[in-house]
Amino acid sequence: MVERYVMSVDQGTTSTRCILFDHGGRLVSVTQREHKQHFPKPGWVEHDAMEIWRNLERIAPEALSHAGATPDQVAALGIANQRETTVLWDRHSGRPVGRAVVWQDTRTDSLVDELAARPNADMVRERCGLPLATYFSATRVRWLFDHTPGLRERAESGDVLFGTMESWLIWNLTGGPDGGVHITDVTNASRTLLMNLTTLAWDDDLLAFFDVPRAMLPDIRPSTETYGRASRVLPGVRIAAALGDQQAALFGQTCFAPGEAKCTYGTGSFLLLNTGTEPVRSTHGLLTTVGYQIDKEPAVYALEGSIAITGALVQWFRDGLGLIASAPEIETLARTVEDNGGCYIVPAFSGLFAPYWRSEARGIIVGLTSYITKGHLARAVLEATGWQTREVVDAMNADSGLALKALKVDGGMTADNLLMQFIADVLDVPVIRPMAAETVSLGAAYAAGLAVGYWADLEGLRRNWHRAAQWLPSMDPGRRETEYDCWRRAVERTFDWMKPGNT
Amino acid sequence: MAYVPGPVQSIERAAAILRLLARGSGRLGVSEIAGSLGLARGTAHGLLRTLQGVGFVEQDEETGKYQLGAALLHLGTSYLDVNELRSRAINWADALAARSGEAVRIGTTLDGKVLVVHHVFRPDDTLQALDVGALLPAHATALGKVLLAYDANAMAALQDTPLELFCRRTITQPRELGRALVEVREMGWAAEVEEFTVGEAGLAAPIRGQGGLVVGAMGISGAVERLCDPRGRPKPTLVTYVRDAARAVSRDLGASRW
Repeated sequence: MVERYVMSVDQGTTSTRCILFDHGGRLVSVTQREHKQHFPKPGWVEHDAMEIWRNLERIAPEALSHAGATPDQVAALGIANQRETTVLWDRHSGRPVGRAVVWQDTRTDSLVDELAARPNADMVRERCGLPLATYFSATRVRWLFDHTPGLRERAESGDVLFGTMESWLIWNLTGGPDGGVHITDVTNASRTLLMNLTTLAWDDDLLAFFDVPRAMLPDIRPSTETYGRASRVLPGVRIAAALGDQQAALFGQTCFAPGEAKCTYGTGSFLLLNTGTEPVRSTHGLLTTVGYQIDKEPAVYALEGSIAITGALVQWFRDGLGLIASAPEIETLARTVEDNGGCYIVPAFSGLFAPYWRSEARGIIVGLTSYITKGHLARAVLEATGWQTREVVDAMNADSGLALKALKVDGGMTADNLLMQFIADVLDVPVIRPMAAETVSLGAAYAAGLAVGYWADLEGLRRNWHRAAQWLPSMDPGRRETEYDCWRRAVERTFDWMKPGNT
Repeated sequence: MAYVPGPVQSIERAAAILRLLARGSGRLGVSEIAGSLGLARGTAHGLLRTLQGVGFVEQDEETGKYQLGAALLHLGTSYLDVNELRSRAINWADALAARSGEAVRIGTTLDGKVLVVHHVFRPDDTLQALDVGALLPAHATALGKVLLAYDANAMAALQDTPLELFCRRTITQPRELGRALVEVREMGWAAEVEEFTVGEAGLAAPIRGQGGLVVGAMGISGAVERLCDPRGRPKPTLVTYVRDAARAVSRDLGASRW
């Protein structure tokens, strides 16, 4: 019998990767390609959507050839994507309108202030579960309208389309200008500020508030459903799932029951807690978001603690400062010293996300003395990820009224043993890595495979989950408290840095 | 008499390029290099691309000019950071553990011993402790035998130290170890059957970097009755899993032929 696989595409912030999984959820082949990060001004972050599409055109066939497989051996394709990144494109030419505005981009901060001052601003959080912040898509669309002559009219007439990366890729895979399917899934739609969290549909009041015309928006669909077949790149392959990357990781970690949580360590880090079929409103700076929706079943909601900069700080250490040649070397450098030497780095590069939501904050390094070496800075870089995790876990515990007993982790940074031990130390709970660190890709594959019957049910997927590594807390409680206090004082010093007008 | 080949022209030319770059301020364009050495532009470009691939030269993104690479400065030290090795191997180590049902370890050489740089638990969700950072005896483990077989220096370092006995089957005679390592090189993988721990067996294969240099060993270990047949021989399917996983990592690291 010919082996059949499920393919997943993880369109991430720094790269696009394509993975083939077998029936046991095991990796068969992996291909990956980075795309360029454009930083045209401080606080601006852009991607070339065309470059990302071309990368997919290249790596998807490569993944097949590495496994010696053909497109007809692919039972289904699932897509996970960087969320909130905004792409506008011309329906007729298939060309993007300018570059995609990335989720880390803070150009809309004064627009956000302006919108927040409106009398009906409270409606936003009530309807969509998100705070008004630069992080989400809708303000970007509005900003592009305000800065591109004629764009609003072209959007109103439906000539220009909006989408996050999964919409863009699905539209292209299914034919682009030639019959491309224009859709998004509930998890991605829940990050736009435009979807009503209860009805799971675009909300007219929110559309009016942000001044976004309905004609440009994709159809909202469940996370697992056969949206169509690819007519390009992987001819005939069913496209059967789309999820925001963090929701895909929740799915890949098989957090299918209320109370189950995971944290994914990538460019940013995101802690998601499954809260079941009712949305839970946060009072401690977390987001309410859709976890997933399987076909016609009720949607499953999640509470999310979003941290903007974790792995991106290591990348900055590598590319911006040139102190290491590759990201994993941060651990080697950090191990040259015993501790942080009194130095703390708060990476508020795009302001601070959960639990603070301070767009005007900017990053700092504090505690510098002539004693500090690059080894101490490397420690401070890794510890920043640990303390930011602690802050969202504290918020999660407060919102849910339950204390987290163990943290399931995944993502590229879980290869860093020093970091994983530090997270266990500062949370004072065990940190557990499952056997598939690539849970984002695995989650998209699971969802797609489930949609086409490649996998029968959620219980079957659960049986594939195994513990690959575990780190136990070993930090002295007194030291933990002292260090946490230092971290919080460092965070306070990032506040109120940007003033209106000094962008 | 054996045929002794003459000098390899492209290596001589590559050496000349490195000398040229080391000579002055060290930033030259491809035309300048080709002109200085009397090479066709295409030939010089091909040599530079290869040297860039192995890290001996670097190209400035802005100007396109070439200079000596950082890798030349620490030629003697390990050229692949162990944390980077773990990061590059982690997916394949997970897949190997899932396929074989056994614990996976990746080791590198440190002071004549095997340093465990990565460890994946046996996928049965029992309580297991992470032993990253532990040192294992090279002569008594499959990981160690792979590292010794492909590193003449590590083997030489072991000549002067007595081989410690852990079990009845531990190899303690240098000559016997030498024979075992020849076999490892012939087969391309190594086994340990109750040589380090009674009741335990292990299998390992080399992880290669660019040009085929062995940068680590990857293997599984577990109960001897699971890893071996009743006559104590490693199960061929498990050997294949281990070799495939090590090869997949090698391919990711740029070892094209393996």
